[in-house]
Amino acid sequence: MNEFLNMGGYALYVWPSFALYVGLLVWLAASSQRHHRAALQRARQQRGPAA
Amino acid sequence: MNTFWTTFHRWGSPPSFYNFAGRALPWFGIPALLLIVHGLYAALALAPADYQQGEGFRIIYVHVPAAWLSLFVYTSMAVAGAIALIWRMKVAEVYVVEAAPAGAGFTAVALLTGMLWGKPMWGAWWVWDARLTSELILLFLYLGVVALGKALPDPRAAARACSVLAIVGVINVPIVHYSVEWWNTLHQGPTVSRFDKPAMPAAMLWPLLELSLGSMFFYGWMILQRMRGSILHREIRQSWVREIAPK
Repeated sequence: MNEFLNMGGYALYVWPSFALYVGLLVWLAASSQRHHRAALQRARQQRGPAA
Repeated sequence: MNTFWTTFHRWGSPPSFYNFAGRALPWFGIPALLLIVHGLYAALALAPADYQQGEGFRIIYVHVPAAWLSLFVYTSMAVAGAIALIWRMKVAEVYVVEAAPAGAGFTAVALLTGMLWGKPMWGAWWVWDARLTSELILLFLYLGVVALGKALPDPRAAARACSVLAIVGVINVPIVHYSVEWWNTLHQGPTVSRFDKPAMPAAMLWPLLELSLGSMFFYGWMILQRMRGSILHREIRQSWVREIAPK
C-alpha cells in the first residue's frame, strides 16, 4: 500500500494532479446542479402561491 | 432539407431545448460516472509504469483529457458563437456564456498538471515554449469571455460580445494543437492522436481513452444542466417556465 501511495517517489506530483482533476469535476457538477436548482426555485417563487 | 431546418430551429427554442436536455441528462451522466471511476482506477492501479518516467507518467491520464477538453470547449464555443450571431439563437448564446467557466477550469487544470509533470521531468515548473504559452493565452481568452459575460447588464448583448471574442480567439486553437510540430518545443510531440502508429502501448493507452471519453460525457452532462439553469433564469417571465416550475 505504501508503495502505491509513494508512486515511485513521484507522489508529490501525481496525487495533486489527480486531486486537481477530480476537484474540478466535483466543483463543476455541484455548481451546475446548484445553478439549475436556484433557477427552479426562482421560477417557483415567480409563479407565486396563488398560481 | 426543410426537415433539417425545422429540427434545427425547434432545438433552438428554449422550451424544446430545456425538455430535450432534461431527457438527455442520464445518457451523459451515467456513462460519465462509470468511465471516470473505472478510468481513474485503471490509470492509477492497472496501467504499467513508464520505462523512462516511472510512475510520474501517470499524470498524463488527467493532463491530456483536460487539455483536449480545453481545445474542444473553445472550438464548440466558436461554432455556437457563429450560430448565435447568424441566427440569433438564444440557446447558442446561452452555450457560449455557460461553457466558458468550464473551459477555463479545464485549461487551468491542463496547465497546472503540466507544471506538476514538468517539474520532475524537465526540472522546471514552467518554460515559455510554444505549447505552454499558447495554452496560457487560451486561458486568458476563456477568462475574457467569462468577464465579458458578466460585464454587460443585458444578457443577450453580453452573449453576442462573448460570441465575437470566441470566434476571434478560435485562431489560437490550431496554434495550441500544432505548436509542437511548427516549433521546436520542450513539450513532447503528439502521442495519442497518431492513430496510424500510437506512441503508447495498448495497456497504457486504454485508460487514457477511457478517461478522455468519460470526461467528454461528463462535460456533456454538466453543460446541459448549466444551460437548463440559465435558460430558466432568462425565460423566467415566460408562460412555459411558470408551467414547468413545481409549486
